[in-house]
Amino acid sequence: MYSFDILFPSLLNGLTTGAVYALVALGLTLIYGVLHIINFAHGAALMLAMYGVYLLRSRLGWDPYLSLPVMVAAMFAFGYALQRLIINRASHGKDENILLVTLGLAIVMENLALLTFSADTRSIDTAYTLSTVAIGPAMIALPKLIAFGGALAVAAVLLWVVRGTQLGRAIRAVAQEKQGAKLMGIDVEHAYAMSYGIGLACLGAAASFLLPAYYVNPQVGSGFVLVAFTIVVLGGMGSFSGALIGGFLIGVVESIGGLFLGDSLGQVGIYLIFIAVLLFRPRGLFGDRG
Amino acid sequence: MSNRRTFIQHSAAAAGALAFPSIGGAQPAAVKVGVLHPVTGALAFSGQQCREGAMLAIDDINKAGGIKAMGGARIEPLLGDAQSQPAAGAAEIEKMNEAGVAAVLGAYASAICLATTQVAAKYGLPHVVDVGVADQIVQRGLKNTFRFGPGYGVCAQIAVINLHVLNKAAGNPAKTVMIIHEESLFGTGTANLLARELPGYGFEVREIVKHANPTRDFNNIVLRMKALQPDIVIPANYYNEYALLVRTMRQQKVTPKAIYSVLGGAASSFKFVKEFPDSAEGIIDCNHWFNPKDARALALRKRVEAKGLFFTYEIFNTYTAMMFLADAIGRARSADRAAITAALAGSSFSDHFMPYGPTKMLDGQNTGAQPLMTQVQRGDIKVIVPREYRQVEPQFPMKA
Repeated sequence: MYSFDILFPSLLNGLTTGAVYALVALGLTLIYGVLHIINFAHGAALMLAMYGVYLLRSRLGWDPYLSLPVMVAAMFAFGYALQRLIINRASHGKDENILLVTLGLAIVMENLALLTFSADTRSIDTAYTLSTVAIGPAMIALPKLIAFGGALAVAAVLLWVVRGTQLGRAIRAVAQEKQGAKLMGIDVEHAYAMSYGIGLACLGAAASFLLPAYYVNPQVGSGFVLVAFTIVVLGGMGSFSGALIGGFLIGVVESIGGLFLGDSLGQVGIYLIFIAVLLFRPRGLFGDRG
Repeated sequence: MSNRRTFIQHSAAAAGALAFPSIGGAQPAAVKVGVLHPVTGALAFSGQQCREGAMLAIDDINKAGGIKAMGGARIEPLLGDAQSQPAAGAAEIEKMNEAGVAAVLGAYASAICLATTQVAAKYGLPHVVDVGVADQIVQRGLKNTFRFGPGYGVCAQIAVINLHVLNKAAGNPAKTVMIIHEESLFGTGTANLLARELPGYGFEVREIVKHANPTRDFNNIVLRMKALQPDIVIPANYYNEYALLVRTMRQQKVTPKAIYSVLGGAASSFKFVKEFPDSAEGIIDCNHWFNPKDARALALRKRVEAKGLFFTYEIFNTYTAMMFLADAIGRARSADRAAITAALAGSSFSDHFMPYGPTKMLDGQNTGAQPLMTQVQRGDIKVIVPREYRQVEPQFPMKA
């Protein structure tokens, strides 16, 4: 059995890692909630956002946190355009088509990145990359602590947008009943594209929080999106609070599991939860749909 | 009459020249060689580096006049992508066989090499393994498989003996070890060999930790390290995870007496040393390395760096493995697979810059192949062991 001095840092580490997972999952769950599709291009879009942060740092010398608003805006615009110009047009209104289009987009994005950046792993070095903050016996990496706070802030903004704004009401109306929303004069196509744009904007924030302590290569997104998908199912498809709490829960399970079972086996916990949720509570912890 | 005879003679000569161009003094037919690496997927970086090494070698061979024993026949590469998966690698060999390649060079990762060598054996297709360190690759009795570089058995043995020697010279400050390895055949096999050898030299293996590829966070492993307080940390993993591990160790202020990497690590990666100079300082590796005193290796490094690439072991291992294969094709004097296989088995290839001496194959393994011990000192990678290649004196234990 490990002492408190080891268990406590592991718990904090799980929470901070979970915050980034939650950010990725928030975008995924929003897109699912409105468009009713799993966005297979989510991992590839995260990878593009990370390259964006990397390029702003390496070419213009921008701090990753300063590049956050730019990346959020850029990813939003990219997502909006992608949905409006490609996904919407290619899907002809069929969900199964959207699924395939996003899968195709992921392949195209990954291979374009491979062509442009090669398979080389890139990382950035900042003055605070190796900085830590002591919380009791725990040494928590400063970038992870910032990511934790950032994820909570982004989740709060997202919640406000969806619950407290005209746009959010339109998005929720489209999510609940597309035809009804259309009859009420809501521009459904615009609401779809906005949802997709906001979903990808979350990735812009996630990329800015990730890169000071992580690396980017053309395959980097796939590792995160699998975990994010688990979180979305765990929290309830389309549920924001579910994605946030699910993210923290998965982060902690992965961390504590890794401590006791070894890193390779520790990830088993994530998938055991995934199976258990599917078996006993298929709508997820906070989901309102069966 | 004589006119008709002359006409027939000339026509026959022209037809002959068209059918057998070499007789007419034209270029001899090129020798097709399959160049197979995981250039996409999780191992894409290493795979692309390998491909670069192979292409540089082919370029050098062709520019120097091709295979001289075959009238200057050029080597024509047929590129393949194993997609970082053994099954995809095996499928590529099927395609290369159909395309009529004379031999195959590849396929970087041990797990992929196990699959590709086996499929190649089915067709009697000679397969030179460029990196693939798992010893099973050359221990299955496949007559077509040849590895120019060392396997992980030799590497683990040399690493442990040298660790013992360094430790003894420093007054035995290190007694305990923690091994951290990636979960595939390469990492697991290397870790098992190390765990078997280390107790024989008086080291206690406190724990062996396996991790997935990719691993997103190493804090847990480093926390366990904090709890166990090993004197030596031995990582055996790929670059991304290695970099995260070492950076996390620095963040958590874990400073063992040595970070002693086997088949990977900072002290055999100019990339790591450039990107994380502070974290790299003092790290010791036992890995594939070139003879640092050979001008050809230094010239190749310059060329590679001029292309904006790092001179990694993938590049120089594959470069020399291609030279080894080309030498055998020259000795075989033909593109016939059986002849090339025989030439590879009997090779005495010595015109290279690796610290192996003249080649001597035994059951598909170059018996002279060995890793070198390197250490990051003052921001550069230097050979510390063995003495004949030594550039600087080893620093052990690591400066805190």
